[in-house]
Amino acid sequence: MKNTRWMLGAVLTVLTAFAGIVSTQPGLAAKAADGPASAQIKIDNFTFGPTNLTVSSGTTVTWINNDDVPHTVVSDDKVFRSKALDTDDKFSYTFTKPGTYNYFCSVHPKMTAKIVVK
Amino acid sequence: MSDYIKENLNKDGIDRRGFLKCMAWVGTGTLCVLKGGVLKSYALSDVMQHKVGDFQGDLSFVQISDSHIGFNKAANPDVTATLREAIAKVNALATPPAFVLHTGDLTHLSKPEEFDTLAESLKSLKTERIFYVPGEHDVLEDNGGMFRERFGKDSMGDGWHSFDRNGIHFIGLVNVMNLKPGGLGTLGNDQLEWIKKDVSGLKSSTPIVVYAHIPLWAVYPQWGWGTDDSEQALSYMKRFGSVTVLNGHIHQTMQKVEGNVTFHTACSTAFPQPQPGQADSPGPMKVPDDKLRQVLGITDVNFVRGNQSLAIVDSTLA
Repeated sequence: MKNTRWMLGAVLTVLTAFAGIVSTQPGLAAKAADGPASAQIKIDNFTFGPTNLTVSSGTTVTWINNDDVPHTVVSDDKVFRSKALDTDDKFSYTFTKPGTYNYFCSVHPKMTAKIVVK
Repeated sequence: MSDYIKENLNKDGIDRRGFLKCMAWVGTGTLCVLKGGVLKSYALSDVMQHKVGDFQGDLSFVQISDSHIGFNKAANPDVTATLREAIAKVNALATPPAFVLHTGDLTHLSKPEEFDTLAESLKSLKTERIFYVPGEHDVLEDNGGMFRERFGKDSMGDGWHSFDRNGIHFIGLVNVMNLKPGGLGTLGNDQLEWIKKDVSGLKSSTPIVVYAHIPLWAVYPQWGWGTDDSEQALSYMKRFGSVTVLNGHIHQTMQKVEGNVTFHTACSTAFPQPQPGQADSPGPMKVPDDKLRQVLGITDVNFVRGNQSLAIVDSTLA
């Protein structure tokens, strides 16, 4: 099922690219032509996806929880910390300083991920 | 690999047969009977069906766990109803339990109204007292302050406590706070020190019962089902003849015996979770609503099979 979803996503992305509306696709690390950069991370099946993400400084990253259980987004160094995100809840943080930000879910600490800001 | 999965048409790790077997456990509790320091546990559904013989022991108490009040997704849209069902089963016991242990995840999101519903529901339990330890879902807000204020008034630290009953020493532990990136459940140094002191004055013949939310043994670390410093805690109990560890968190029964220690996990009153490694993640097992009620109270399950690849002793509860 997961594979099917991935494939669908890939097909949609390709179609969107051909349609020439890449900038409005709310995809990973997509950058609008003139506006500020944004990126989305999905929490699905107790996993942050993508697990490793590189963005440019000034990018606003939004996490969305697709699971049936609450998760949190907490940086190891306490730079950012979300409240408990219930299903479909979102959390955003704008990265203004270059560096490596390791983060995890404080409810399920096996869930770890990383954002590199350039 | 598992007896639970005979057919798996959707490749989701769940077939109808296995699902029914698991779901028969929802809404039940576990009756624990201590006889001379040896604990036996029985599914309440079996007790009600008189499948289990003699329950008379030195002391009877009940463990319930993972009520997840506030959860309303497909796996069980009415977790309050199934909690009430579990309560009714406890109240129907011929010998009322001396007390009840709730091993955490009272609520799903630590909301005041969820704690209210839980407390209100449990008022109808026919027992002298209920002891609580928090699950990670109970400490999502204000570092667990609301949980302790309501359910841990006489406790220490993050909510740990101990008491004696019928010559048995009970220790309630908290392993859901200050979790570290990449880690498992954590007791922490303060609590470990307290445990060491707490048991130091006890005779080695004293039976010990330890209860905490996350398993104090490595059930399946890949899913976070274990506690990083549980070995340290259990090292303080090596000299005791009988140690029984009761946990929740994994929403299924498992049992393991290791030396003087018997480990046991309880079912949830809310929804089942997959067996270790049998799904992409340990999330709630999603089930059609109409199937949930059909399987509640079904009693053809009188044993729970452990996962032998994890060296867990099969637990026959009948």
